[in-house]
Amino acid sequence: MVKRILAVDDSASMRQMVLFTLEGAGYEVLQACDGVEALDMARNSTVDLVLTDVHMRRMDGITLVRELRSLPSYKFVPMLILTTESSQEKKMDGKSAGATGWIVKPFNPPQLLATVARVI
Amino acid sequence: MTTLDPEMAEIAKVFFQESREGLDVMESGLLSLDATADTENINTIFRAAHSIKGGSATFGFAEVADFTHGVETLLDEMRNGARPITAAAIQTLLQACDCLREMVAATEAEQPLDKDRIAALNADITHILGERPNHASTAGADSGAADTGAAHAAPAPTGAPSERRGGWRIVFEPVVDLLRARNEPTRMFAELNRLGVFTALADASRVPPLDELDPESCYLSWNIEIAGEIARAKLDEVFDWVDSRCRLEITPTGSSVLPAAELVTGAGAPRVLPNVAASTHAMTAPAEAQRSPASVSAPVQKAAGESGSIRVATEKVDNIINLVGELLITQSMLSGFADGIDPNDLDRLRQGLSQLARNTRELQESVMQIRMLPISFAFNRFPRIVHDLSRKLGKKVELKLLGEGTEVDKTVLEKISDPLVHLVRNALDHGLETPDRRLAAGKLETGTLELAAFHEGGNIIIEVRDDGAGLNKARILQKARERALVAPDQELSDEQIDNLIFMPGFSTAEQVSDVSGRGVGMDVVRRNINDLGGHVQISSREGFGSTIRIRLPLTLAILDGQLVRVGKEVYIISLLSIVETIQVARERVNTLAGRTEVFRLRDEYLPVVKLCDQFSVEPDSRSAADGLLVVVEADGKRVGILVDDLLAQQQVVIKSLESNFKPVSGIAGATILGDGTVALIIDVPDFIRAAAKHGVGAVAAHAA
Repeated sequence: MVKRILAVDDSASMRQMVLFTLEGAGYEVLQACDGVEALDMARNSTVDLVLTDVHMRRMDGITLVRELRSLPSYKFVPMLILTTESSQEKKMDGKSAGATGWIVKPFNPPQLLATVARVI
Repeated sequence: MTTLDPEMAEIAKVFFQESREGLDVMESGLLSLDATADTENINTIFRAAHSIKGGSATFGFAEVADFTHGVETLLDEMRNGARPITAAAIQTLLQACDCLREMVAATEAEQPLDKDRIAALNADITHILGERPNHASTAGADSGAADTGAAHAAPAPTGAPSERRGGWRIVFEPVVDLLRARNEPTRMFAELNRLGVFTALADASRVPPLDELDPESCYLSWNIEIAGEIARAKLDEVFDWVDSRCRLEITPTGSSVLPAAELVTGAGAPRVLPNVAASTHAMTAPAEAQRSPASVSAPVQKAAGESGSIRVATEKVDNIINLVGELLITQSMLSGFADGIDPNDLDRLRQGLSQLARNTRELQESVMQIRMLPISFAFNRFPRIVHDLSRKLGKKVELKLLGEGTEVDKTVLEKISDPLVHLVRNALDHGLETPDRRLAAGKLETGTLELAAFHEGGNIIIEVRDDGAGLNKARILQKARERALVAPDQELSDEQIDNLIFMPGFSTAEQVSDVSGRGVGMDVVRRNINDLGGHVQISSREGFGSTIRIRLPLTLAILDGQLVRVGKEVYIISLLSIVETIQVARERVNTLAGRTEVFRLRDEYLPVVKLCDQFSVEPDSRSAADGLLVVVEADGKRVGILVDDLLAQQQVVIKSLESNFKPVSGIAGATILGDGTVALIIDVPDFIRAAAKHGVGAVAAHAA
């Protein structure tokens, strides 16, 4: 079965890069541009992995992870946050919100695929 | 610059566009930061910088990423409240925006970067960051400040760098709710298994009796041995995501290194813990603050300008507009055809046609909407321009933007931008007074400059209003007389005097400044606006300020036209340029020397232009006394165009004569009428300019 990934980023170019990479590797990708939109999408469909940026307007990635984890259907869904290496505390915030792990920005397509393969 | 493969290069284009938008957001945010340090605003600025940094690093634009890193760090400290927001820092950040805009442009064009400027600004930012060591801020941000190249540094492996490769013994004791975040020990084991020969012994001592067992918890811990030539960093990578959620001991097997030196327990790692402790407080505060104002910050969100839009290539839209235009023509052809058909079927045909007409019109309107953009795209430049200029001129100015959401066609928007800049600079330079002069005149120290846009009829009106000194009418009139723009004995109304400033080569500024130039300009502004089919006029009260009013058509693709007939030909005149149409009376037509006919309209003599002579067509009558005179205005000049008859008023689709035939002076374009014939659209400004060359221009129009 094709694995479905929800990619959340407020930057269109990052979303396209993630989309291009993941679809090229045979994943199905849903896109959202902030946490509110992502939460809405996640409630209305099931996904196998959530990939989210941290800094977004309306709802940030950490809050998104926390909100999703509180939903029964997302209790065990892997969630990865996209973060910069300089923000150790964001990783820890992400962990305590319930994120599975993180991908350090900048990343290239092979790094993204390798990290995704670690969880699904 | 790294070379990207074609797909990535395509995505990079999106990044460039996005960066420009991000920079606009940063700029407008920074400008309003002057007044209020509101949390959502600085978060928006930070996010924009953060996205530019992330994107540029991802696409391999290292210089952009490095430079943005410093900017981001500074913004991060400001939004954490760790650093005060000073005017100097804002100024530096604004300059950094300019610099980044150029870097992005140069990177996109694959041009070399201005390394000196980048280095200078980078030094400024580093200097600000270094002014006061900032203990409350995040460890990451601090290290970033010290090393602007950090964006490219590999994620530093935790612990002392160990060159040792070999076998390892691992004690892995996860917290019981490890699985909650979907960190699967089995997945980690699979990864270890790929690194070397791997054995794991499960320790089940923590497993509770069955009736107390929570199926979603992890009670096992493991003693793991892995053999092979394995670097410590590889192991750290495997446990990276869980190192705060387990007890982890990693010791080399059979090594000479003291085990204690290598022993790292996840939660107890001295290097990690203070970070976590220090940062938890720092990070939760803004997260809370971020949430609370969000509900009451509608205007801020609007200012951020994220409108959920799609990006469509202009050619594609133009193509659709063209097709809809064709549809409109077909519909009107069918309507004409229906007039001569069997009366029995006529009603139903007419009904169908009127429905087609309505649908077509609605379709056209909604397609035209695609090209419509809010005027804020033109207005958004002004906070920065006014900020910089008022600083330079030593004036205090409050800029007010009104009606930013008013929509106008993209082409009109692009072409009005420069004239608007000129008008605003002019108002700041010549209109508004310095603070001391204002105080002396009993006004508030801070002047007000308003830019307002609204719809009126089928047009958009843009007003530039200032509460400055207003125009000095006496001096304008004196200048105009000196330059023979006005006859010595000619009486002019206040309005006419004010509008003299749009005459070519007119300037009353006592001092020529580098801000608004040497009096070339206002005439160019008016010409540009007229070329768009619009009007500009100024009204002013001495001591109280001036208002410049620009009226523009909403779009350049269709035109509200008056169809006029000359002999057998039909021409179209833009309704916007028509002042009035009158039946000419014989006794009010005079012939001047050179066979130029003028018409006395109230107190003014209008040159009469005969379309029949301009286009060599045979009219019903050659005398100005028979027929209708359409009075049109452009560039502040009026002429009467003599036609045989007025036909319908209708919206016409403008077809370029230039691309379908060749440019013809006096003709703005053509359209196809319902009966399939081509009608030419009169280019009123061009027509008036051409008429002026033949000796029937503006001066004659004002001459008594």
